[in-house]
Amino acid sequence: MADPRKNKYPMPMQDAASRITNFSEVALGYDAETAMREASRCLGCKARPCTAGCPVGVKIPDFVKQVAAGDFGAAYRIVCADNALPAVCGRVCPQERQCEAGCVRGKSGEPVAIGQLERFVADHAERTAPRERRSGRRVAVVGSGPAGLACAGELVARGYAVTVFEALHALGGVLAYGIPSFRLPKEIVEREVAALEASGVTFVKNAIVGRSVTVDGLKAEGFEAVFLGTGAGLPIFLGIPGESAVGVFSANEYLTRINLMGAGRGESETPIFRADRVAVVGGGNVAMDAARCARRMGAEVTVVYRRSEEELPARREEVQHAKEEGIAFRFLANPVEVLTEDGQAAGLLCAEMRLGEPDASGRRAPIETDGRFVIPADCVIMALGTSPNPLLSMETEGLATDRRGRIQADEAGRTSLEGVFAGGDAVTGSATVILAMGAGKRAAAAIDESLRAKGESRGHAQS
Amino acid sequence: MGYPILEREQLNPTVIRLRIAAPLVAGRAQAGQFVILRANAASERIPLTIADHDGETVDVIFQTVGASTMALAEKNAGEEIHDIAGPLGRPTALDGLRKVAVVGGGVGCAIALPVAKALRARGADVTSVIGFRSRESVILEKLFSACSNRLFLTTDDGSAGEKGNVCLPLGRLLEAETFDAVFVVGPLVMMKYAAETTRPYGVKTVASMNPIMIDGTGMCGCCRIRVGGEVKFACVDGPDFDAHLVDFDDAMRRLKTYAAFEAAMREKHCNLYRSGN
Repeated sequence: MADPRKNKYPMPMQDAASRITNFSEVALGYDAETAMREASRCLGCKARPCTAGCPVGVKIPDFVKQVAAGDFGAAYRIVCADNALPAVCGRVCPQERQCEAGCVRGKSGEPVAIGQLERFVADHAERTAPRERRSGRRVAVVGSGPAGLACAGELVARGYAVTVFEALHALGGVLAYGIPSFRLPKEIVEREVAALEASGVTFVKNAIVGRSVTVDGLKAEGFEAVFLGTGAGLPIFLGIPGESAVGVFSANEYLTRINLMGAGRGESETPIFRADRVAVVGGGNVAMDAARCARRMGAEVTVVYRRSEEELPARREEVQHAKEEGIAFRFLANPVEVLTEDGQAAGLLCAEMRLGEPDASGRRAPIETDGRFVIPADCVIMALGTSPNPLLSMETEGLATDRRGRIQADEAGRTSLEGVFAGGDAVTGSATVILAMGAGKRAAAAIDESLRAKGESRGHAQS
Repeated sequence: MGYPILEREQLNPTVIRLRIAAPLVAGRAQAGQFVILRANAASERIPLTIADHDGETVDVIFQTVGASTMALAEKNAGEEIHDIAGPLGRPTALDGLRKVAVVGGGVGCAIALPVAKALRARGADVTSVIGFRSRESVILEKLFSACSNRLFLTTDDGSAGEKGNVCLPLGRLLEAETFDAVFVVGPLVMMKYAAETTRPYGVKTVASMNPIMIDGTGMCGCCRIRVGGEVKFACVDGPDFDAHLVDFDDAMRRLKTYAAFEAAMREKHCNLYRSGN
């Protein structure tokens, strides 16, 4: 008998006043009793719209049923069969547009808190040591972000010997350098990586494929297939006057300093720009992350977005958390110039926008009006998305890219090069963790299929 | 599991050479490329040009200017550095150059040297012009001498070589002879004036830029500079750029972004170092 409660059981949170003084996680997680109650809100309907909405196809009603019954280990195994990073996805997926969007309970009240339950399961299930499995057939994965980790997890489960190459000194890609710890604690990422390592995945840090070693070099070393999950590349700027002033940053840079390098905290020797008033340009999750980091660095923060609140692409929860933390939003505003004093950012001159007809994205297009106004800011952070990382395609002959520099790959991840697959932001441009994971997982299946078709290993030595 | 330091050499009171075991960097390194390294777990990621390499090791030469380079300077042979990644950046374009002037200022000479060597190895006529503050800060003179057809040395105070800066001999050379290219590397202000010196002669002039970086792989956008009115990223588009198009004033401003922080860190580091002794 399903729990008739109309709304989700509330998530315990750090209160806004204290959390802007630290980088600890905002959402504190359900306890076992609350998780079981929330799980029992699931009607177990036949249609399973939740699973249909999940980019990696987690069997949601099945795992939720196990949570309701109190068998968290069984729930965890069900989730893991489809999702290599459940503790991450439970925290950062836009559930309201995916699994929870179609939930029948949402038709009158709130959907089942699937994300919170996934997180609970990943955090609390007793993990049985994975069986280390590796065959002689070696596959290289380039990039240890969501696409690479999902691909590696799926490949190792299918019996391949997987080596993941990471350019940075830390593993996790955007999970390490991009998403702040108050949303995704770094220990969670480390634990997921450790689980992959225990199952037989080898990780090599400080290895820049395209520079330290080439794709051809990897093949020559005996890797029978290569997956490229190189992720986000160069940040996009607006191209407006004043953008090279001191105090103007890309969100990637600002977040990398704080998240990867620990700038502004503890013993870290990496500098962070101290500002009183920060303007963050953009409306996605990255903009919210940058704004909330700047708030924690002690600044008054305004998010500047050219459409209205309704079109904000960020997860609803992030917007709500940002507002609770005292971050101001200025909608229908498009920056036209960074005002400077002595080469330093001093303000953001914006054009007032209005909404016109829906554009190609289906959202109403912003149209510039004659109105102008200034947002005072000694720091401006541009969170406008990225173009794919140029380094690897530049150095890999024959790898086809589109005119925006994205690696061309089909639905299964096959690129123009034999034995080379790709997925994630490197292929799609800026997207989400879970979409990249879906791409990594599909590519792993395609790699498996292609290597099986090629027949037995050509007898390369195991490493 | 860091990267062992095999040799440490003090080149002048503030400039140090380290030879580091880093096969993943050394294997494909070419002149003009750089590494990103971190001395310790809490250190910054800093870009340093590869001064020399063989199949297994790379040399970096750096000046102690801030907390991160001070931490690096305290490392001895036999110790390890925490991280090193590379080679990064595009190699210096050397094809078709038969007569080149290589101009280095201060610790920038560490970047100029591998370029001079690579040119010489290809049979080019290499004229090196190296400038320093004073006699005691002169580095790499012998090595330049070995790979240059001619070598000109300047010091600001005239305590070694010609008194003045590198633009003096460079100007005279350009007045008398024709070069295929001039390669300049050193402090931004020196590169700016070297570029102005060569501009009237229309000779192709390349500057090696060394802005603030973090990832160094084309992700963060920190190292952007203005070249011919366009935004370029030193880590993937450079580090070499047409010196006649680089906006050096903009680069100088951006290099000072963290000046206050760096001064505070330097102070803290010096105090720690003193109290530790």
